[in-house]
Amino acid sequence: MSTRSQVYLWAAQRLSAMVLALCVVVHLITLIYAVRGGLSAAEILGRTQGSAVWAAFYTVFVLAVAIHAPVGLRAILAETFGWRGGLLNITVAAVALLIAVLGLRAVWAVIA
Amino acid sequence: MKNDWRSRNHPAWWAFLVHRVSGVLLTLFLPLHFLTLATALQGEARLEATLRWIDQPIVKLGEVILVLLLAAHMTGGIRLLMLEFMPWRDWQKSLLAVAAGLTLAVGLAFLLNLT
Amino acid sequence: MSTLEVKVWRGGEEGEFQRFEVPRLESQTVLDVVTHIQRHLDPTLSYRFACRVGMCGSCAMVVNGRARWTCRTHVADVTDGDSLEIAPLKNLPVIKDLVTDMRDFFDKWAAAQGQFHPTTTRKDDFARVEPESPERQQVDAGIECIGCGVCYSSCDVVSWNPEYLGPAAMNRAWTLLNDVRDGANEERLAAVAGDAGCHACHTHMTCTERCPKQISPTAAIAGLKRAALKAALKGKL
Repeated sequence: MSTRSQVYLWAAQRLSAMVLALCVVVHLITLIYAVRGGLSAAEILGRTQGSAVWAAFYTVFVLAVAIHAPVGLRAILAETFGWRGGLLNITVAAVALLIAVLGLRAVWAVIA
Repeated sequence: MKNDWRSRNHPAWWAFLVHRVSGVLLTLFLPLHFLTLATALQGEARLEATLRWIDQPIVKLGEVILVLLLAAHMTGGIRLLMLEFMPWRDWQKSLLAVAAGLTLAVGLAFLLNLT
Repeated sequence: MSTLEVKVWRGGEEGEFQRFEVPRLESQTVLDVVTHIQRHLDPTLSYRFACRVGMCGSCAMVVNGRARWTCRTHVADVTDGDSLEIAPLKNLPVIKDLVTDMRDFFDKWAAAQGQFHPTTTRKDDFARVEPESPERQQVDAGIECIGCGVCYSSCDVVSWNPEYLGPAAMNRAWTLLNDVRDGANEERLAAVAGDAGCHACHTHMTCTERCPKQISPTAAIAGLKRAALKAALKGKL
């Protein structure tokens, strides 16, 4: 991987971190609000189903985490197991894809 | 030869450890979280059943820990962004205190609302 | 007169700690202790020192687990009860006893483009650098490095990623990047960017904690991260 690509990966993780910081604040507030009186499926789906705003929010949230977590994982695998090179990058890209697919599927499940 | 904990025993290193451990645990949790929510694809009743499973005390405890991990990773991450993207000198340690304080506040707010 | 229990690393990469008893003196430095052992107890002990006053950067060792300049470290400040453990610097091959092979450390200064690349000749006039200018202030913050290797020894990223340039080399690169007389900044940023350079730093700040000259390589590396990103975005990396 070229040096420039490595710098862009670093930048992508920081940029996604900035997006995630905002998303997590909203998520934590929602969470603390939602658990009052216990969680119920009706309450959750009543909030999310058909809502364009929540759909957009969770889509951005999922995509940001699908960038952020795999880049972190790449550094951890390299430093902990000395794993570097092409196979590492492919593995990490697969993890990114898995998070994105599972995440978007979950968004679809509560919005549609 | 490598360093041991005598060398690492200072606040910024502990902050790093919290950030790394919370990052790994949150990443492992993500697929579970997404799969749980996706049970709604099979109807509201299935999601409701999943949520009732979460009501067990041991799972509730896990939930509180996850909220703390998320808050810690976020506040610690904001600290790192400030250290990397802003010019700095002497206020790094205060940032750590702010991050730790906010994390505890979030955890407490969650706990108080749980009941 | 009380005595100090001193454990000193003997051997190379493989070896063990040897115990010595050294008289405790007032205002004694860790280097005094090592010197006492070599002169009075075991002349085969190997260690490095030169100036004894914190200028040359040759006497750094790991004392009770932490890398320090031994000539300016008072025993009273670091003893754990009455005991001292003295080991060679970490992250560098041990040649013998307390002496490490510092080749990697200095080669990485060169790899990080730590050389000054002048843009003028001796026939030109002096460069005028405002002491208050932001660039000069950045240089001032990092220029007092004596190359002792304490930060390199303390850095866990070096342990986890042997290609990593390390704090001192990048601190040097940062001071040159801010030197308005230098003409090799594009090459320098290309040399310090990416997985083996500044972007691998995790802001552990152990280098900053341990630097005997109170330099913050972490701040320098953060500066390099931003500068290299800017260069990448401009297509110059």
